[in-house]
Amino acid sequence: MSDFTSNFWPVFITAISLLGIFGCALLLWRTSKIKVETNSEGTSGHVWDEDLREMNNPLPRWWVGMFILTIIFALFYLSAYPGLGNYAGKLGWSQNGQYDKEVADANKALEPLYAKYTAMTTEDLAKNADAKAIGERLFMNNCSQCHGSDAKGSRGFPNLADQDWIHGGSPEKIKETITGGRIGMMPPMAAAVGNAEDVKNVAHYVLSLSGSMHDSGRAGLGKEKFTACAACHGADGKGNQAIGAPNLTDKIWLHGAGEAAIIKRINEGKVNQMPAQAGRLTDAQIHVVAAYVYGLSNK
Amino acid sequence: MQDLNVSSNTYSDGVIRQFSIMAVIWGVVGMLMGVIIAAQLVWPELNLGLPWTSFGRLRPLHTNAVIFAFGGCTLFATSYYVVQRTCQTKLFMPKLATFTFWAWQLVIVSAAISLPLGFTQGKEYAELEWPIDLLIAVTWVCYAIVFFGTIGTRKVKHIYVANWFFGAFIITVALLHIVNSAAMPAGLMKSYSAYAGVQDAMVQWWYGHNAVGFFLTAGFLGIMYYFVPKQAGRPVYSYSLSIVHFWALIFTYMWAGPHHLHYTALPDWTQSLGMVFSLVLLAPSWGGMINGIMTMSGAWHKLRTDPILRFLIVSLSFYGMSTFEGPMMAIKTVNSLSHYTDWTVGHVHSGALGWVGLVSMGAIYYMIPRLFGQKQMYSIKAIELHFWLATIGIVLYIAALWISGVMEGLMWRAINADGTLTYTFVESVKAKTPYYITRMVGGLLYLSGMSIMLWNVIKTATSGKAATVSIPAAAAHA
Repeated sequence: MSDFTSNFWPVFITAISLLGIFGCALLLWRTSKIKVETNSEGTSGHVWDEDLREMNNPLPRWWVGMFILTIIFALFYLSAYPGLGNYAGKLGWSQNGQYDKEVADANKALEPLYAKYTAMTTEDLAKNADAKAIGERLFMNNCSQCHGSDAKGSRGFPNLADQDWIHGGSPEKIKETITGGRIGMMPPMAAAVGNAEDVKNVAHYVLSLSGSMHDSGRAGLGKEKFTACAACHGADGKGNQAIGAPNLTDKIWLHGAGEAAIIKRINEGKVNQMPAQAGRLTDAQIHVVAAYVYGLSNK
Repeated sequence: MQDLNVSSNTYSDGVIRQFSIMAVIWGVVGMLMGVIIAAQLVWPELNLGLPWTSFGRLRPLHTNAVIFAFGGCTLFATSYYVVQRTCQTKLFMPKLATFTFWAWQLVIVSAAISLPLGFTQGKEYAELEWPIDLLIAVTWVCYAIVFFGTIGTRKVKHIYVANWFFGAFIITVALLHIVNSAAMPAGLMKSYSAYAGVQDAMVQWWYGHNAVGFFLTAGFLGIMYYFVPKQAGRPVYSYSLSIVHFWALIFTYMWAGPHHLHYTALPDWTQSLGMVFSLVLLAPSWGGMINGIMTMSGAWHKLRTDPILRFLIVSLSFYGMSTFEGPMMAIKTVNSLSHYTDWTVGHVHSGALGWVGLVSMGAIYYMIPRLFGQKQMYSIKAIELHFWLATIGIVLYIAALWISGVMEGLMWRAINADGTLTYTFVESVKAKTPYYITRMVGGLLYLSGMSIMLWNVIKTATSGKAATVSIPAAAAHA
């Protein structure tokens, strides 16, 4: 897409850029021709503040040479690279092009290294020391920012080192998650559950599912209202990996434990996203890092 | 105030005394903030766990204090001093000049309060919120009226070269400030920029780079062009050179901003123009250095005995060094390594501590005794000590950040055979610790030199009294 909204601007930019550069050259040439009359002591004769005077020594040649060199460089650069409005430059260079080329070159260079791993199964890779070392480095570069360098996650960022999987822990599912990313979406459910009391009761029922501290009277009342939640989390509250609905019975609380946190989720819902890594990692790299993640909980 | 009562053939020096003293005081304050945040980078717990004393709020306080409080007061003081003496007339509208003093101090105090409280426009070197921006604009227009009014009522036919630079600095800073600060207020201390996305970034760095080019370069070249020939007792080296480098400098600087946005969403063509003109800027920048240093020819021996002249000449060496380093860093290939690293911070400080700081100190040491009716500063030995503390401080500071900047740049791009990064970000932070300590020590030396200057200035001022200086008759042939 063009950077310009009309044909005027590229022409204008080209014109003032070139005028500017030639203007510098012209200024240099004109000034070197100026003859300033000097008196016997070599100054122009102008005096300020009693003793401030000016001589008019010629421009140092090496300095003029340096100035001209930078002007020549400027002209060459602007013929070779984009700069003058819409003109793309003789080299056809662009920063996006440079980036794409560097990535393609790097991926090509990496191909032989990863080739031997693509043929292996995830389970075998998870036991291969070299693959694990690479997988760990890939994880540290790309995953640890959210999931932590021990992969144990934190609030809002799932623990990858336990047996609890939101979207499934099979090699295929892990790869699917890394490749395409995930969006976890729970709608606000307060209206479907009922009034504020109902919400509180449901929260206690949810707490009771995992044997957490709860008010059993409220939990009993909330059980009936839980049908609104069961559509995703299942009648038994064990969740549904196919749609990324977490298990509510295992005392693992991604967005906070306890009554208040659960009420907040019911009232506000939650959207949580893991970005897709497909554009950042090659398929082979995803294969290796998936095996590393798989190996964390399948030793 | 006494200016208003004395006869019309004396200079209006009261406002210059005020600005000069405040420049030194704000210098100590601003540099102290710098040392504090340098220490926070080594020991993060020094942010005291309080929002008001956290790095993110004290850092803009440091930059605003040293640039606009120390640098700004110095520019006001020296430009008022130079324009009167080279026009051989008193200030135009001296009461307005006094207003610029109090208004500028109000700007500084407002900044010192609002920045730690977290009010910011989020634009580097233009953090202050819109009510303060308006006050700056008003003050600046008054400054322009006083300055150009004085030029207009001059008793000397020719306009001295220092005044070209001061004039360009005043006009351009007004333009930069007004355009970049354009914003839609959304409450007393909240506003949104008039520009969006990459245009906002480009306007910001057009401003940011020209704040360096005009506030910190053109203005201080004005200082150089008066105080170097005065202190050296030699004529300016070359009138022709001053013409070429003045026009080339003020034209070319305007284009250099995009080099702050290499390899970003800024279009390729804009980046190229920024880089090309940054390189063309090298010679015009060096023109000022050559003219200053060559003015010394025939007076080099004075460097041995005159610490004030040494401040001025060493400042020009740092000016030459950082204006060479700048264009080099604007080259995309170099920039891809240096950008976002400490190298940039080191580069800025070689200009700020080396050039702006030293030339200001030299000029203030020149003016203070004359403003207070003294033959010389209270202690020449203290100037000598200040010079060495400052110079050693600068060298430690910039050498440490060169090493740490290049090191972290290389660590960030180091790649393993499997395509992963060799180092995590935090490893690069950890590796910088010894250099951060060195830079803090350098800053501490620089601050201690400035504190000695404050003592020396107070001693000189209190042992003298406000001097009234008669305006000499303009030379007949001038």
